[in-house]
Amino acid sequence: MADFTSSFWNWYIIIPTIGGIIACFLLIRWLSTGAIKPGDKAESMGHVWDGDLEELNNPLPRWWLNMFYITLFFGIGYLILYPGLGTFKGLLGWTSVGQYQHEVDVADAKYGPLFKKYQEMPIVAVADDPDARSMGERLFVNYCATCHGSDARGARGFPNLRDNDWLYGGSPETIEQTILNGRNGVMPAWKDALGGDAGVADVVEYVFSLSGRNVDQVAAARGQEKFQMLCVACHGADGKGNQALGAPNLTDNVWLYGGSARQVTETIAMGRNGVMPPHRDFLGEDKVHLLAAYVYSLSTGQEALEE
Amino acid sequence: MADQLTYNYKVVRQFAIMTIVWGIVGMLVGVFIAAQLAWPVLNFDIPWLTFGRLRPLHTNAVIFAFGGSALFATSYYVVQRTCHVRLLSDTLAAVTFWGWQLIIVLAAITLPLGLTQSKEYAELIWPIDILIAVVWVTYAIVFFGTIMKRRVQHIYVANWFFGAFIITIAILHIFNSAAVPTSLLHSYSAYAGVQDAMVQWWYGHNAVGFFLTAGFLGMMYYFVPKQANRPVYSYRLSVVHFWALIFTYIWAGPHHLHYTALPDWAQSLGMVMSLILLAPSWGGMINGIMTLSGAWEKLRTDPVLRLLIVSISFYGMSTFEGPMMSIKTVNALSHYTDWTIGHVHSGALGWVALISMGSLYYLIPRLFDRTLYSLKLVEVHFWTATIGIVLYIASMWVAGIMQGLMWRATNSDGTLTYSFVESVQAMHPYFIVRFLGGAFFLVGALVMAWNIWKTIAGAKPATATIPAPAAAH
Repeated sequence: MADFTSSFWNWYIIIPTIGGIIACFLLIRWLSTGAIKPGDKAESMGHVWDGDLEELNNPLPRWWLNMFYITLFFGIGYLILYPGLGTFKGLLGWTSVGQYQHEVDVADAKYGPLFKKYQEMPIVAVADDPDARSMGERLFVNYCATCHGSDARGARGFPNLRDNDWLYGGSPETIEQTILNGRNGVMPAWKDALGGDAGVADVVEYVFSLSGRNVDQVAAARGQEKFQMLCVACHGADGKGNQALGAPNLTDNVWLYGGSARQVTETIAMGRNGVMPPHRDFLGEDKVHLLAAYVYSLSTGQEALEE
Repeated sequence: MADQLTYNYKVVRQFAIMTIVWGIVGMLVGVFIAAQLAWPVLNFDIPWLTFGRLRPLHTNAVIFAFGGSALFATSYYVVQRTCHVRLLSDTLAAVTFWGWQLIIVLAAITLPLGLTQSKEYAELIWPIDILIAVVWVTYAIVFFGTIMKRRVQHIYVANWFFGAFIITIAILHIFNSAAVPTSLLHSYSAYAGVQDAMVQWWYGHNAVGFFLTAGFLGMMYYFVPKQANRPVYSYRLSVVHFWALIFTYIWAGPHHLHYTALPDWAQSLGMVMSLILLAPSWGGMINGIMTLSGAWEKLRTDPVLRLLIVSISFYGMSTFEGPMMSIKTVNALSHYTDWTIGHVHSGALGWVALISMGSLYYLIPRLFDRTLYSLKLVEVHFWTATIGIVLYIASMWVAGIMQGLMWRATNSDGTLTYSFVESVQAMHPYFIVRFLGGAFFLVGALVMAWNIWKTIAGAKPATATIPAPAAAH
């Protein structure tokens, strides 16, 4: 009933629908008279436009009329069986939500046991099973590849899952938690707190020094002071990050949002907001279990060994 | 006034010539983006040339610039000739010509810049929408004003269709484009969520039904009997299919939203009315083709007539395909695939473009008091265009059905067999065939442009005195 705010709208749908179909019916009934005898020619209507434009008045072709009647009767029949006439649900009780739920239930009953089997096993054991890994891979290319790439090497803003560098930790259980519940990696915008562009530039110099790049030592020293005040809470005094918070390690030369001076400046000045959506409700725990095993296998090189 | 003794051919000539110009521009963009789909490197990493910006430019150019100019030209010609009067106002007619051209130029600037309100076939931003509404109301005044001062009692059938097209497009455009502006270049739709989607497809499908169907049926009802020199087959059939068509079409929009958040009852009504639409659509096809009865042999010798009749055949084919695709179980396979693109082009290339080109072959020589430069070239145009259409729609049938099947294929464990990108990869050969089909069609249009150019080069514009209407008998 949520579609209609009053019963007026219900009748507003029903009356023009039925009325329109009946009007079509009457229209063709009315004009389907006047058959001509075989051999006779249809007569002109007697009007002439633009010198020579005239109209004959041939009868409506029988096969065409029948086709028209069939579609009208089909329409009435369909609207009796299926929802269509306002709030009338149709005799079959069909709904699109019901159809979807039915198909999902059938699929769950059929395929559920296949996934259940692995649900009982620890992730490390699942990752050792080649059948399970190929099931996981098929799930991965359909549900994860859009962001992480079909080779799981990621893209800018989306982590590479093969490099054994983990924002939130690479243990099998942590990977499963990440997929089940999602993650939200927030880096605040620091431009104002750092005193504008110059302050940001100093911190960029310092951050680059952490991964061994050649930097302007004076600026890096100024940046270090600010880093120790503002950045250590998440990234740690040594800049090695904190997996409990998802704060990246800044010393390993892996850059989620790009490692050029321009990109790192943007990250520090404007902040970042990385979202991994939760998949618990969408895929269910048994499929996530297989996915976690597949992703885990990527980082431990089991898959690589086979290739 | 001496002017009142002649027809206004000037505005007809202007629109007729621009039909060819915009047709070639729009088709060229279409062929280019078809090539981009096969070879993505062709966007050259230039934002203005990317598919997302050029695709609306293509659809707007072929539908509203090419198709729209063709409809203006033929409706202005037909309404004068069948009412035996000059257009209501030369000034207002000129306003529609220059206004429409301005709109097209603005579209060609704003769409590549990425300025859009992102409604399909209604992408143009709100200031241009207002301009469209003004020009369209002016068009309605000129057209219906001319009908009102007609010198014959009965309104010729072509004018019913032109009239229905003009009124309905005004309503559709104004309601669907209702928006709250936030700046000169940006606005929010007046509707939200699924209501917005429903209004959009009420508009979108009736842009097909009234712009691309009713309007061009008006064209058919004048130029087919004229070129065949035969009376219209059945007056009563035209009455039935006119009223049934305009009544039924307006309901069909929800079939674009099957299996979405749109309530089930609305989806069902969209499907039922789309199926009922089959017979009214075919009524037009029968009336067009059967007008030739008693003159079938002309198809052998007259390539212009052949162009017109083949266009009606494509009309019949795509209006059969449309109701079939609106059936929910078929739609579950066809929706979001290239089958839809193929369906649209069998209507757009086969019906809309061919009936316009056939009509222009009849019309333009008469506007310049010349005979057509070469019938041989019309023959060449006919065959290249037909081959192009067949390549286009056949490749999209294969591609679309293949996509639909790949997307629903599952493994023994219930997981999807193919990732999306694999289905994209599988399209590559069909995208190349589609590009070739489009290229053939474009070549045909260029042959036509050359033929028309040779026909009218150096010619003086024709003037035609208005004959007295035939006495009723």
